[in-house]
Amino acid sequence: MSNASTTKRKSFVNPLQWLGRATLGMLSEVGKLSVFTSQVCLASFTPRWYLSQIFRQMIAIGFYSLPVVGLSAIFIGAALALNIYTGGSRYGAEQFVPNIVVLGITRELGVTITGLMLAGRVSAGIAAEIGAMRVTEQIDALKTLSANPYRYLYGPRFLAGIITLPLLVIIADVIGVMGGWAVSVFGLGFDSTTYLRNTLDFVTRNDVIVGLIKAVFFGGIIALMGCYHGDKSSAGATGVGRAATFAMVGAAVLILAFNYILSSLFVEFGL
Amino acid sequence: MTQPILDLRGVHKSFGPKDVLKGVDIDVAPGKSLVILGGSGSGKSVMLKNALGLMTPNKGQVIFDGQDVTHDQGKTREAMRARIGMLFQSGALFDSLTVWENVAFRLLNADRMSRKDAKEQAIATLKQVRLGSDVADLTPAEISGGMQKRVGLARAIVSKPDLIFFDEPTTGLDPITADAINDLIVEQTKALGAAAVSITHDMASARKIADEIAFLFEGKILWRGPASTVDNSGNEFVDQFVHGRAHGPIQPAI
Ligand SMILES: Nc1ncnc2c1ncn2[C@@H]1O[C@H](COP(=O)(O)OP(=O)(O)OP(=O)(O)O)[C@@H](O)[C@H]1O
Ligand SMILES: [Mg+2]
Repeated sequence: MSNASTTKRKSFVNPLQWLGRATLGMLSEVGKLSVFTSQVCLASFTPRWYLSQIFRQMIAIGFYSLPVVGLSAIFIGAALALNIYTGGSRYGAEQFVPNIVVLGITRELGVTITGLMLAGRVSAGIAAEIGAMRVTEQIDALKTLSANPYRYLYGPRFLAGIITLPLLVIIADVIGVMGGWAVSVFGLGFDSTTYLRNTLDFVTRNDVIVGLIKAVFFGGIIALMGCYHGDKSSAGATGVGRAATFAMVGAAVLILAFNYILSSLFVEFGL
Repeated sequence: MTQPILDLRGVHKSFGPKDVLKGVDIDVAPGKSLVILGGSGSGKSVMLKNALGLMTPNKGQVIFDGQDVTHDQGKTREAMRARIGMLFQSGALFDSLTVWENVAFRLLNADRMSRKDAKEQAIATLKQVRLGSDVADLTPAEISGGMQKRVGLARAIVSKPDLIFFDEPTTGLDPITADAINDLIVEQTKALGAAAVSITHDMASARKIADEIAFLFEGKILWRGPASTVDNSGNEFVDQFVHGRAHGPIQPAI
């Protein structure tokens, strides 16, 4: 009792100390994450590659995410079209719906929504899986059997992430645009052929490439956050649960931050 | 005297302010079986992990077959691990792989053997630990705890190591299954001519598999002697442990 109140008083009296400790903690976390990232990159881009593991992860990360990505994209595309229509009608600019939908989807929403959905589905899943392997000594067992976890576990997930995310984003872009098209044609009275022609005439190669470059980064972030938090997961079900939560939140925040950073770089370079 | 296969010299290991190992000195002769006794939380698993290079000692040396391997990495570390088998306390079977892929993991990955040959060798090794080929295609979650220990044992011996670590091979098993595992450990290590380091709190198991017994207490090896002398070690700490008494110089860890 007296003990608890002393610690409480201490942290209350000295907020500077608390602030200092929090800053140091964050810096050391950034340092650890950077070291981890460079080790994963090294393992991903130099032999030896476990091809069957990479393939397995591409199925797990890419193929099984198709339903969730497709569903999210269609609703986002539909909602986007509705909002642009409502907003545009204030200026009599309803005819720009197809243009703005395709721009918004390819440059921004297709990739961000895919990234965020996969932060939940994939990042948390990887963290839980690796965390369970950590606490049941399977990672130690890998090492004693002369398999490097960076090559056998983390590298394949990282590669699968940066390969499959762009593919998923292409699919999300197409489905998202179709969501907007469906609402516009069946709900708002647009002509189907005109809508599609306006879409295709308006969209540029750069719009799509911008989204795909972002997708490569987001795929890497999703896999890395899952592996990193799983790898340093502490014992027990709570430890693994926490690892999954940290991975998801960390991936989501980093995705939004990188989305902004990359977007401003693209603006800078006129992409 | 022959050169020990494994020699720990003054190994220290601490986690933050907590000193777990405070200078462990122990050596293992080739082909001999050493059992390490010690209370829960006394650092037995930590000691094995330091010996295997899964943790690095803060101080001291790990000598494997005459070579200082304390800080080895990469190829030299892998060359050492290729000669060591390990049965983990929790089994540590890979639950995404089948039983035979677990047993053959080193053959498939580090040794790059073909799947067909590796499976054959895995099934032959499973047979040595009295498991039929019908379990080969199951996953670890589908077999019992005793069977998992056998699979772990098969995985540890499949590449014919010179040294095998057993971390509590019999905990969590009924006395009959435990005894069968003890028999297998003795039989297989003798067949390979391998040295064995086993950790246990199970005295029946210790008596059965040990040539020598050592007692780890407060981060150091407190006593060591031939297995037959453990009952009259003349050490009151060892006496208390061997007879499982709550009263004595050692305080129960609760
Ligand atoms: N990675 C780690 N980080 C921090 N502390 C650890 C770590 N591993 C072990 N410890 C601590 O070291 C001490 C010894 O642990 P160890 O697992 O070696 O015990 P043990 O002798 O094997 O016990 P048991 O018989 O219960 O398996 C424990 O107090 C444990 O909390
Ligand atoms: Mg232990």
